[in-house]
Amino acid sequence: MELSDSKVIAADRETVWEALLSPDVLKDCVPGCQEMSGNAEDGFEATVVQKVGPVKATFKGGVTLSDMVAPESLTLTGEGKGGAAGFAKGAARVRLEAGEDGTTVLSYEVEAKVGGKLAQLGSRIIDGFARKMADQFFTRFQEVLEGPAEADGPETETTDDAKKKGWFKRVISG
Amino acid sequence: MPKDSGIGASSKRREDVRFLTGAGNYTDDINIHGQAYVHFLRSDVAHGRIVSLDTSAAAAMPGVVRIFTGADFEGVGGLPCGWQVTDRHGQPMAEPGHPVLAQGKVRHVGDPIAAVVAESPEQARDAAEAIEAEIEELPAVIDMKAALAEGAAKVHDDLPSNLCYDWGFVEENKGAVDAAFAEAAHVTTLELVNNRLVANPMEPRVAIGDYARATGESTLYTTSQNPHVIRLLMGAFVLGIPEHKLRVVAPDVGGGFGSKIFHYAEEAFCTFAAKALARPVKWTSSRSEAFMSDAHGRDHVSKIELALDADNNFTALRTETYANMGAYLSTFAPSVPTWLHGTLMAGNYKTPLIYVNVKAVFTNTVPVDAYRGAGRPEATYQLERVIDKAARELGVDPIALRRQNFVTEFPYQTPVAVVYDTGDYNATMDKLEEIADIAGFAARRAESEARGKLRGLGVNCYIEACGIAPSNLVGQLGARAGLYDAATVRVNATGSISVMVGAHSHGQGHETAFPQVVAEMLGIDESMIEIVHGDSSKIPFGMGTYGSRSLAVCGSAMVRATEKIINKAKKIAAHLMEASEADIELKDGQFSVAGTDKSVAWGDVTLAAYVPHNYPLEDIEPGLEETAFYDPSNFTYPAGAYACEVEVDPETGKVTVERFSAADDFGNIVNPMIVSGQVHGGLGQGIGQALLENCAYDPETGQLLSASYMDYAMPRADDVPFYAVDHSCATPCTHNPLGVKGCGEAGAIGSPPSVVNAVIDALQSGGKAVTHIDMPMSPSRVWSAMQG
Repeated sequence: MELSDSKVIAADRETVWEALLSPDVLKDCVPGCQEMSGNAEDGFEATVVQKVGPVKATFKGGVTLSDMVAPESLTLTGEGKGGAAGFAKGAARVRLEAGEDGTTVLSYEVEAKVGGKLAQLGSRIIDGFARKMADQFFTRFQEVLEGPAEADGPETETTDDAKKKGWFKRVISG
Repeated sequence: MPKDSGIGASSKRREDVRFLTGAGNYTDDINIHGQAYVHFLRSDVAHGRIVSLDTSAAAAMPGVVRIFTGADFEGVGGLPCGWQVTDRHGQPMAEPGHPVLAQGKVRHVGDPIAAVVAESPEQARDAAEAIEAEIEELPAVIDMKAALAEGAAKVHDDLPSNLCYDWGFVEENKGAVDAAFAEAAHVTTLELVNNRLVANPMEPRVAIGDYARATGESTLYTTSQNPHVIRLLMGAFVLGIPEHKLRVVAPDVGGGFGSKIFHYAEEAFCTFAAKALARPVKWTSSRSEAFMSDAHGRDHVSKIELALDADNNFTALRTETYANMGAYLSTFAPSVPTWLHGTLMAGNYKTPLIYVNVKAVFTNTVPVDAYRGAGRPEATYQLERVIDKAARELGVDPIALRRQNFVTEFPYQTPVAVVYDTGDYNATMDKLEEIADIAGFAARRAESEARGKLRGLGVNCYIEACGIAPSNLVGQLGARAGLYDAATVRVNATGSISVMVGAHSHGQGHETAFPQVVAEMLGIDESMIEIVHGDSSKIPFGMGTYGSRSLAVCGSAMVRATEKIINKAKKIAAHLMEASEADIELKDGQFSVAGTDKSVAWGDVTLAAYVPHNYPLEDIEPGLEETAFYDPSNFTYPAGAYACEVEVDPETGKVTVERFSAADDFGNIVNPMIVSGQVHGGLGQGIGQALLENCAYDPETGQLLSASYMDYAMPRADDVPFYAVDHSCATPCTHNPLGVKGCGEAGAIGSPPSVVNAVIDALQSGGKAVTHIDMPMSPSRVWSAMQG
């Protein structure tokens, strides 16, 4: 299956780029991620627990980064083995373009494949599942950089500026 | 007046008492002291090279006894194929190896890679997850035509291509058939798919291997339709165990539908491992495993053309079919699209010229083999759909077009090798018109239309070749076995009888129907007769149950053996009554001397046979036990006419089967209730294929997508109507002693085309120019077709 979408992130391209290469950010953003180690050059090792329809499994696998053109585009390729549950693998091609007012437009195309029991039991729901996973990943990624989405209403006015900032931005901006 | 016992009586199925009260003894109910459990690690990719297989961590897991891989089976034979097809050019089919556990490559999702034997099933499963299998995924071939394209990935590297065979039948007729098409007044062409199905017997497969060190005897308990076939194949070709040291037991079996004919890797594994480990090894398939390891059915893609003259007589028929073999040749796979399919393309019609071309193709999918009907449903579906389309194109009544072309004189030599011995196709069609109330259809359609629904009527005929088979004939056609059957009638001293039969009952009701025949012949009560089946150490060498053969072939052997019993018993009775053997008559269990009031009872004679104090020992041996082998001289040809009425919801495309009627000619009937039940079951599966069931693969990755009942739609009670079933039009088979033809597959063979014909009729009545919809006719497919 394939899907694509884009998000506007209130951070500049360099910041977004750096975040994409951080194992800590990836750990926070990959839904169900229990462990994430490694680095952008050698690739990351990850353990992810997910439930697809009736199949719940612990996936162990790796993520590699390729086609890296800083700070414009890269490809994340991952494969996870879930034992008796089968496997999932996929690739996300991510492009970063400068948006208005110092923002970054992040667009992505995701291609995902599943095999084994996941395909046998979950094929009807796998498209929706993959869409949800991708959406959760990039929404969290946005939150890490920007802070949680602002609620409507006057209270947000009084919110502490530091709190509103995403933790990654806080860390790298000192 | 219906009979209450013997041939023709609807005796209640005695086996149902244990089945319905949970007292059956299925293979999984058998547990042998000290048994270990095996779990198979199966490929989750469709095609790949095994780069490495590290079992060390798994072997150290709790409870693990031993882990086997393909390396343990080097030097052990592969799973054999029981039928060799010769192609159009006189060359034998491509026949790849089929290892018990994968060696070097995996070729379909579900292909077993390793087998973990452990103290408990859970420990075996856990350890299987710890096996490190590095598999380099290779491009998968799923679509048959793509598999035959230049440069396609090869399922078997040692074969020249993915083509198993290119078969032409009758090859010599090809030129004449083409010439007839050139002269035809009208040609109707149809391309269609016979969807891949999964058999789904209620009981998944189970195997237990046991090895007795004291005697060196191996025993396999297995869910099989034919224990002697498994003993022959596994003993002689896979494991090299002589027959006298190998016992195969198939106890109660919960349905087979063909999928339990074949010799499977798990059976060979359990037998092999039990000897290697000197302890019993048990495997119980999960439902998920069944979807990816039981042989699948159907999966043909066909083009059929029918030529007619200006008077609407059929003049020629031409077909081209791609038949999916899957990744390996299952036991009888090559015979299904050829000799069980091409020979039936004449149907009930006197089409003089027929040419059938079949290309069998290897793909990265589960092996495909016989499933209820096996080749004959595929033939019937093509033929009865193209006739229906021709009738619509010509604007003639589909029933009249069929009647005009019926074979009416018997015996009839078809242009596709077989000779129909007897039949009366007009009689079954007359009966169908009556029970289906065809005359009342117009009123029912009007009533449906008043409710905003489209109503359609579909009719078709079918013929099948059953009672497989004359051994000398199938030997010429490539069968690597004889197809006789055998029965031993053992009369006990007190007159009760055990009949040991080669046929196997896994839902057919043999334990009830077979005694009815013997009871009728001897004039004794059915309850005195017991059928023994399913254990190679107890029964004579018979070939088992498939192809609607049990009563026609094994039942005939039982009749022959019983005749021998009667002859010997008459000799004993003559001695007891000091009369001439020629004057002895047997009636209602009494032997009497013709023209006198002298008689002895059945029990007096049987007692004399075993207590031979007053006995003609100089002329005959004591005891009363006879065996007969029966090899039929021809196939039997059950035939019939079916009608289906559907309603289609024009808003959603949902099809509802409102009425279904079946008029069958099965020849003589032993138990009408069991016969009706067999037809009901077959109709359920045929309607399931037409509307619901589909085994789906991802065309790119070869992942099996429909491997649970969430995605594979089995028919449920509310998907089928109350059936009108009639088998009163009987033309008895001319060449077996019972005059029976076989009824087990008819419903599944005869029903899919009438369902499709009915849906097309409904849509056309609503003004839609739809001429074909592939099965299963799901609401989305019907709705899409309606949108043009």
